Amino acid sequence: MNSKTTNNIATGIIYVLVAAVVGILIFLLGYILITGLPHVSWHFLTSAAQSFRAGGGIRDQLFNSLYLLVLTLIISFPIALGSGIYLSEYAPNNWLTGLIRTAIEVLSSLPSVVIGLFGYLLFVIQFRMGFSILAGAIALTFFNLPLLTRSVEESLEDVSDLQREAGLSLGLSHWKTITGIVLPAAVPGILTGIILSAGRVFGEAAALIYTAGQSAPIVNYSNWNPMSTTSFLNPMRPAETLAVHIWKVNTEGVTPDALSISSGTSAVLIIVILLFNLSARLLGNWMYKKMTATK
Amino acid sequence: MDEIKQELQSSSRATHQDYFGKALSYLCITFVGLLVLSILYFITTRGLATFTENHVSLWKFLIEKNWNPGVLDSHGQPQIGALPMIVTSFSVTVLSALVATPFALGVALFMTEIAPKRGTKVLQPVIELLVGIPSVVYGFIGLSVIVPLIRHTFGGTGFGILAGVVVLFVMVLPTITSLSIDSIKAVPMYYRSASLALGATRWQTIYKVVLRAATPGIMTAIIFGMARAFGEALAVQMVIGNAVLMPHGLLTPSSTLTSQLTTGIGNTTMGTLPNNALWSLALILLLMSLVFNILVRFIGKRGSLKK
Amino acid sequence: MKKRSLFSTIVALSALGVLLTGCGSSSSKSSKSTSADSNVKITAVGSTALQPLVEQAASDYQKANKKVNISVQGGGSGTGLSQVQEGAVTIGNSDIFAEQQAGIKAKKLVDHQVAVVGMTPVVNKGVGIKNLSMAQLKGIFTGKIKNWKEVGGKDQKINVVNRVQGSGTRATFEGAVLEGAKAIKTQEQDSNGTVQKIVASTPGTISYLAFSYVNSKIQAPSINHVAPTDQNVENNKWKIWSYEHMYTKGQPNAAAKKFLNYMDSSKVQDSLVQKLGYISIHDMKVQKNASGAVTTK
Repeated sequence: MNSKTTNNIATGIIYVLVAAVVGILIFLLGYILITGLPHVSWHFLTSAAQSFRAGGGIRDQLFNSLYLLVLTLIISFPIALGSGIYLSEYAPNNWLTGLIRTAIEVLSSLPSVVIGLFGYLLFVIQFRMGFSILAGAIALTFFNLPLLTRSVEESLEDVSDLQREAGLSLGLSHWKTITGIVLPAAVPGILTGIILSAGRVFGEAAALIYTAGQSAPIVNYSNWNPMSTTSFLNPMRPAETLAVHIWKVNTEGVTPDALSISSGTSAVLIIVILLFNLSARLLGNWMYKKMTATK
Repeated sequence: MDEIKQELQSSSRATHQDYFGKALSYLCITFVGLLVLSILYFITTRGLATFTENHVSLWKFLIEKNWNPGVLDSHGQPQIGALPMIVTSFSVTVLSALVATPFALGVALFMTEIAPKRGTKVLQPVIELLVGIPSVVYGFIGLSVIVPLIRHTFGGTGFGILAGVVVLFVMVLPTITSLSIDSIKAVPMYYRSASLALGATRWQTIYKVVLRAATPGIMTAIIFGMARAFGEALAVQMVIGNAVLMPHGLLTPSSTLTSQLTTGIGNTTMGTLPNNALWSLALILLLMSLVFNILVRFIGKRGSLKK
Repeated sequence: MKKRSLFSTIVALSALGVLLTGCGSSSSKSSKSTSADSNVKITAVGSTALQPLVEQAASDYQKANKKVNISVQGGGSGTGLSQVQEGAVTIGNSDIFAEQQAGIKAKKLVDHQVAVVGMTPVVNKGVGIKNLSMAQLKGIFTGKIKNWKEVGGKDQKINVVNRVQGSGTRATFEGAVLEGAKAIKTQEQDSNGTVQKIVASTPGTISYLAFSYVNSKIQAPSINHVAPTDQNVENNKWKIWSYEHMYTKGQPNAAAKKFLNYMDSSKVQDSLVQKLGYISIHDMKVQKNASGAVTTK
């Protein structure tokens, strides 16, 4: 066998492996969508869940998931941005930085149920937040932070040092160089990081069961006062998300249509994640063009 | 004159901003550090309570095979032997990483060496979507597709390590793939040019040069994938069968550390031995993820020395 | 310049976001305490099996009582009992008596029984079993009987799926069937839904479920020729049943008491309880105490 044939065989194997991975994804998506989509209707998306009758919807769960995601990002993104900037721009190369990095990695590989229980004991019980969106958002921040921090740090490090030097040589301060030159150039990378972590947040169930709770009380979508208990914006109300709903319906659901609800909900969850990916990508390209003046 | 002097001697607005920004980023990292410390402290104190308060010997915890925390054995000792779960967790983790690595490398090479433009355009979203599918959904697909499939092919109940490996393989694939891509991309272009200029085929270049140079990075990717597999709970719990038995093969039901933790925690009372024992399992998970990270750092150091 | 200011605005805005959420939490906390007399908050946490019932009852109740805010959460019976004991929640939902749970001081808690749940062994349809004796059932779950043909079924290996240790379902089942004998080590599942799926799809499997989860895809055999029906539970001919409890720490406060009375009212007991597959506490002709002794009412 000469090296040409080996080359062809190896390339062939790589093609097969790639096809297998794409095949797995198509199978997964196909399975979820084919079993789920027939159950998705306007009624399903806009009506409240039922606890024992058939025909329940997922209106509240859908909104809760989105709201929780936004709240989580509001809390975790600034912190991740700051930490990412520190790690990429300021951190000295010593044992302390190594320790911090290890700590962040450990945080990201902890099982989510452990983080959920930690959040439950500390925020729900100790800080008297009760089962609430806020407690859920803080728990999600815990494992969102490592992912986000790392992606911010990596995107910042990908920006070439030439750009930093250019900024500094123009007499800009270090901070101005970071915010004015390095950060804008890193936006697409950071956005990808946000999408990836948002996907994980959106699908998280184990940590939320103990923090945001698994019931969706009746909320009033015309009440815009976040302090009111019936308002949909109130961060102190318990909230069941789509992923938790899937889990709950599958494990303890007594509705006759539990199976179709769970597959319908999975389909909606996947579609939302797809949409999210797509729009974030478009937004990322647009922002990149806007901020770096690339035509 | 004095105004100018004052202006020159005091720090400028930009300097203030600089200090402010620096302080802000230090504040953030301190916050993250505190967060991690508080979780570590919390789990460690809870996890050690089994040994300090309930006086269970650590050795017995690690090598005994009987897990029955609510029941005392004939010597009046609680039966908490975590060995079956430790063994299962390790087998599932190692096997799924082994299966996932060729696929991950294939995808990574395709995206970096074979068809960088087209490959990235198609495969990047694929990887991101695989990350986006919630573990609950993975678990239920595993339960309704993989478990019956294994049962029809190999017999038995279908629950067991094999089912867990199949599900976890898909779940760790994105992690290993994206980290491998990073490390392959980091191999300098002139390595490839040099190899190709010597008349090597693309595969020879990939195999003998690119992969060799990227090995530490790929090892890191695999270990991070293993860390992910080790900590995954909901999906594994649904397909592994949750029987606290020493695994006799890939097809008998067994139980991982995480699956035991998630199923048991709601049914025990804070502060009692069964609950403390579960926290000890969480402590093992924590220590293992520490070990994985130390391994990564070690490999990283070795790898960078070679250059 | 424009770009730069745009970016610092983003940074500043997100920093503001952190501050705002911080303030938001503290201010909503204070507003909660000031409005405590007008809006009453009841939290019920615990058993996932009981959750749908309490949740639905609570949502009906809140329609008539706008001032009351009831939040119902799962987390498991153990969680419910320990949290109500700590005083962290108003009501702890549990599938088992507080006396049966290690680490709970049952004397401090007041029991409110709101429903009865019947449990039945279920088998995969393929094993061909319509009836089992109590001794056979015990034999199967202790691992002495290993093949279905020993109890009159097909020649097929028995695959036992047990429930998670410490769960209410398992405590009830083992109390009624095993009588102190040790169950074999085998698969354990923690939810009714999963068990239902596994039994329906895995040949030779036996497990047990609450009545409401039995469907046409699985077979619920009778025991000693007594069928698993509500009527047989009500007069204790069918032995495997337990109460659903809602515990309060000491006597409940006025609002919680009102809600618990509502749970006990015929409005809930005669319609909702039955719709969700439980047995009304009013229909029971016998009662069981924490140690399992049954007396006629």
